[in-house]
Formats: sequence, C-alpha cells, structure tokens
Amino acid sequence: MIKYILIFIALVGLAWLLWPLTKDFSTPEQLNSIASQYVSGSVTDLNSPNVVTSIVVTYRGLDTLGEVTVLFLATAGVGFLLKKKSGSRSQRRDGSEILQSGAGFLAPLIMLFGVYVFTHGHLSPGGGFQGGVLIASGVLLMVMASTSFRFSHLLIQLTESLSGIAYVIIAILGVILLGANHFLDPRILPLGNWLSLFSAGAIPVIYSFLGLKVGAELSAVIESLSADGGEE
Amino acid sequence: MPWLKTRRRKMSSIIAMTVLALFCLIAAVYAVLTKKTINAVIASGVISLTASIMFLIYAAPDVAMTEATIGAGLTTVVFLYALKQIKSDKGDSDD
Amino acid sequence: MIMLVSGFLLVLIGIWAMLTRKNIIRIIIGFSILDTGIHLIIVAVGFVKGGTAPILDNALLRVPTSVDLSAAVSRVVDPLPSALVLTAIVIGLAVTALLLSFAIRLHKYGRSLDIDVYEEQKW
Repeated sequence: MIKYILIFIALVGLAWLLWPLTKDFSTPEQLNSIASQYVSGSVTDLNSPNVVTSIVVTYRGLDTLGEVTVLFLATAGVGFLLKKKSGSRSQRRDGSEILQSGAGFLAPLIMLFGVYVFTHGHLSPGGGFQGGVLIASGVLLMVMASTSFRFSHLLIQLTESLSGIAYVIIAILGVILLGANHFLDPRILPLGNWLSLFSAGAIPVIYSFLGLKVGAELSAVIESLSADGGEE
Repeated sequence: MPWLKTRRRKMSSIIAMTVLALFCLIAAVYAVLTKKTINAVIASGVISLTASIMFLIYAAPDVAMTEATIGAGLTTVVFLYALKQIKSDKGDSDD
Repeated sequence: MIMLVSGFLLVLIGIWAMLTRKNIIRIIIGFSILDTGIHLIIVAVGFVKGGTAPILDNALLRVPTSVDLSAAVSRVVDPLPSALVLTAIVIGLAVTALLLSFAIRLHKYGRSLDIDVYEEQKW
C-alpha cells in the first residue's frame, strides 16, 4: 500500500515540475536564426528541396553516424541473445492460401517502393530510414507467408557491412577531396539541376547506402525474433 | 494544400486535434489497465497510429511517414513475435 | 499546444505503467508509450503559426524557375526538430527489440514473466 502512495507522490511531483513548461509556451511567429540559415543554405549551397534531408545528411551528419552505430549495436545484441543451436526443430506453419498468393504478388512491389523512397529522398518526403523500413516490411511479408523461405544470412551480413563501410568512405572522401573542414560534405559530386534525380551532390548516394543498411539490419532482427531464426 | 491558408482551417484542425488527442489518451489508459497482454500490444499500435496523424496535421510529413511504418507496423510485429516465442515454451499467466 | 499537453500526459502514463506493472511485457509497453510521448513533445515545440511543411518546391517558392528565398523562410515550420525525431524513432525501435530479446532469455531461464521472481538473482 505504501508503494502505491509513493508512486502517486512521485507522479504528482513530476507533473508539478512539468507544468510551468506547458503554461508559458506559445508558438512562435517566425523561424529562429539557425533554422532560417539551414533553409536558405539548403537551396543555395546544396540544391536540395527537402530541408529535413539536407539537415540529416549534411548539417547534422555526425548524429546520423552515431545513430548508425547504435542501430548496429542493438542488432548485434539481438542476434547474440537469440542464438539457436543448429538442428533445432522448425515450428512455423505455412500461411494460408490468400497469404501465399498475395505475398508472391506484393512483396516485390513493396521492395520496389522502398527503393523508390530512399533514392528520391531529397525531392519528396522520405529518405533512407523510411525506405529501409519498407524493405524490411517486404522481407517480413515473405517470412510470414511460407516456411520454405530462407533468407541467406551471408547476403544480409554482406549488405550491412558493405553499406556501412561505403558510408564511412564517402564521409572521408569529403575530407580528402575538399579540405579539412568538409567531413561528410555532399559537394564532392556535381550539384546538378533543381528537382532532377541526380542532383544535390552525394546526398542520394549517402541516403541509398543508409537505406540499404537499415533495411538489412531490421530484416536480421525480424529473422532472429521469428521462431526459426538465429545464426551462429 | 490551399486550405491551409484560410482562417477556417483553425477551427477544423482544433476539433480534429482534440478528437485525436482524446482517442490517444483513452488508448494509453486502456493499454495499462487491461487484463490480457495482447490487448495492450494492439493498443500501443493504435497510439502510434494516432500520433502519426497528429504529426501530419502539424506539418511534419517525414516524421509522420516514419512513425506510421515503424510504430504502427514493425513495433507491433516485434511484440507479437516475442509473445509467440514466450508462449511456445509453456503456457503462462498474464498480469 | 494540444499536442504538447498530450505528449506530457503520455509521458506520465508511460512512467506510471513502468512503475506499477509486474509483467515484463507490460513494462516494455510502458517504455514504448513514454518514447512516443517524448517524440510528440519535440515536434510540438517546432511548430510555427500558419506554417507549412519544410519541402521547398516551386509552388512554395512562388516563381517558376528561379528561387526566392525570403518568401520561403517566412512560411515553413522549423525543420530541425523533425530531423532529430526521425533518428529517435528508429533508435526507439532498436532498443525495444533489444529489451524484448532480454525478456525472452529471462523467461527461458526462470520460467516466469513476473519480475518479483527475479528479485534475488545474483549474477
């Protein structure tokens, strides 16, 4: 009983601490100076219409590098904890008839849409993370539909490692080709025309590698968590 | 979207936000208080879906797309796979 | 403003769920609710009155071929919180998957999903 009273007091105390933050908040009328600098810099320096993409890849590129590291650690942790002994029995059942025929038709379309989303990340809402998650959804659909579907673990590991290495190599190329202040600068490739696919420098290339890496990692997580997954 | 520029946008978007916020909070309280675990997992998927629509009304389409795919899609599936692995060892009782 | 208040309420409900439930899966669901609440708060802070999405196509820049930046800067919302939340959502999924694999291993070891059973484990 005393535990519930203490929990109630803790929650009321937290609400009392957070209350002045909501009371004094008013939505601003115009952008602050850093945001307007990012918006104008995205048009003049980087030639990319999607401002959020140019922030994630260029202006805050180090945060994306850290996020890639955290995702890799979490996937390694899940794969390590859910290892299975080789030769364990398979517990999956086949999906129903509707699921099997539907999955055979839909899964390539979903993966194609995922590739479209991460290559056009600088032109419309989307980008590497959304495209990677869509590719993992296509893999999930194939895993759920039939028991005879085996995704080769070598392919997933190879995709993930090569994409990560390519991302870091492109980042270092900025330092080599453009000087010491330009880590992760997408101006190593030509800027191109406004609103065409091959524009905004190296941003589509970086985002493609990021999308492939995220898709491969989430596919590995789903494969480990389903009842038949796990690798040595 | 041209309807964003008229003054009538304020009233209809306030009504939409209030309905979505109430739906979200009722689903959250239900997720804590219900007896079966699988109902709570579905309720957390509903919370992510309403949060995605709220992100769209507040003019952040990248965040809405990411939250819809990850929150309402992959997180629910990951929870359900974990529950299936736990229940396949033995039958257990819920909270 | 409504999104800010509902974000704070989701944070409180998530912390309440993590403190009072005994089933491990319920605690992880509470963590996921807490995560969603924090994302709502961050995006709510970045809103500008009467603003639209931060994607600058030619209709927003109001000229057919060239650029006119002062019109664009006065009409978009803040893009920086969107970029932060994009990363945070993916990391939230990864941490939830890691927590669930811990829960599966605990269940294989102790045969129960109640955290009171694991109170006196000494590793």
